[in-house]
Amino acid sequence: MAELVAVIASTHHPFYYRASTATGEDRPPFADEWVRKIEAFRETLTKARPDVLVMVGSDHFHQFWLDNMPQFLVGKAPFYDANWYNEEREFGLPKMFLKGQEDLSAYVLREGLDAGFDLAFSNELRIDHSITCPIITLRPQNDLPIVPIYTNIFAPPLPQPKRFVQLGQTIRQLIESWPRAQRVAVIGTGHLSLELGGPRQFGPHGPDPEFDRKAVDWIAGGDLEKCLGEVTLESLHLPGNATHGFMDFMLMMGVAGEGQKADYTDTYDLFHTMEAYFTWYPGGGAR
Amino acid sequence: MSKYLLNKFLFTVDRDPDLVERYREDPVGTVSWWEAGEANRILGSHGGESSTWLRFDDTERAALSTHDYPKLFELGAHPFLTLTLFIALFERDHEPMGFQTEYARRLAHFTLPYPDIAT
Repeated sequence: MAELVAVIASTHHPFYYRASTATGEDRPPFADEWVRKIEAFRETLTKARPDVLVMVGSDHFHQFWLDNMPQFLVGKAPFYDANWYNEEREFGLPKMFLKGQEDLSAYVLREGLDAGFDLAFSNELRIDHSITCPIITLRPQNDLPIVPIYTNIFAPPLPQPKRFVQLGQTIRQLIESWPRAQRVAVIGTGHLSLELGGPRQFGPHGPDPEFDRKAVDWIAGGDLEKCLGEVTLESLHLPGNATHGFMDFMLMMGVAGEGQKADYTDTYDLFHTMEAYFTWYPGGGAR
Repeated sequence: MSKYLLNKFLFTVDRDPDLVERYREDPVGTVSWWEAGEANRILGSHGGESSTWLRFDDTERAALSTHDYPKLFELGAHPFLTLTLFIALFERDHEPMGFQTEYARRLAHFTLPYPDIAT
């Protein structure tokens, strides 16, 4: 059977690539500390020695559109091109190319359907920065095959928060029952409080530091019960109009498990948003 | 009223470098051309299979034709689509992050709950 060797939840900040590679006058003052934090976070994945990465993210109206919008979708392809023209334009992200772990994609689809999730699929998926950002931060050598899983946190009507948690729990069960001797890490990215295209955007901090503090505590403590008790589709409008991306963090709490404290937690208070990085080692430590 | 069609305009222009420049230089002409020939196109299908019923109302057409992004927010256009496209259009005319902060200031009169973006 496969082994789940690491569960990682992270924000995906599309400006990291540009900030971390800028030099001279173009390098922002917060870049050096940001790079230090990312390199420490990266080590938590490296130590787990994964063979395969299951990558949870959300398409930002790149390939999926309102004429045909999946709620949860699994990529099943041998390869994935990545990053789109408007991400290159706005964030300076490079074009990328990733290998797919197609047999695990097929397994997740078949077994996921049978476990009660009517997953959509894509055999030709160009992935976006919700998945390439964590490749850039956590595995910049981009040498491992992936299974991309997209969630809809973007175009209402959205699934309820509990469905994200349940999907995370199901993903964990499927990985642990995959009959291949492979070391699998699950990496999912989302947001804490975030406002995009609204009056609270691009402030000196995230739009709701109090929500961010609570959210970090829920995630770090694995406190799914409290999180699910406070978070609803309606309540997520309050901390910022793009905060529904927090449900991808809830999905990752589902992968990690109720009551499971993160083995690694770090945050970085940037303009515009709070960065947050979490790693769990399900087997009790990287081996 | 069609939030969907507003979003379709923002989506299809934003992903096409030539259309981004055309919309920046000639918003009235671009909106008129797009509504006449593109609004009903089912993405990924040829023109013979286009829809027949999609059009802007006057308020929507005016908002797009005047680059009025606060109005688009009020009408319930998807804020991520609007922000992304308008950064492409106008960030170049400002100091770094200057357009984004001006954008927030111009929306400052909106309070919660924001206009519904469900389509």
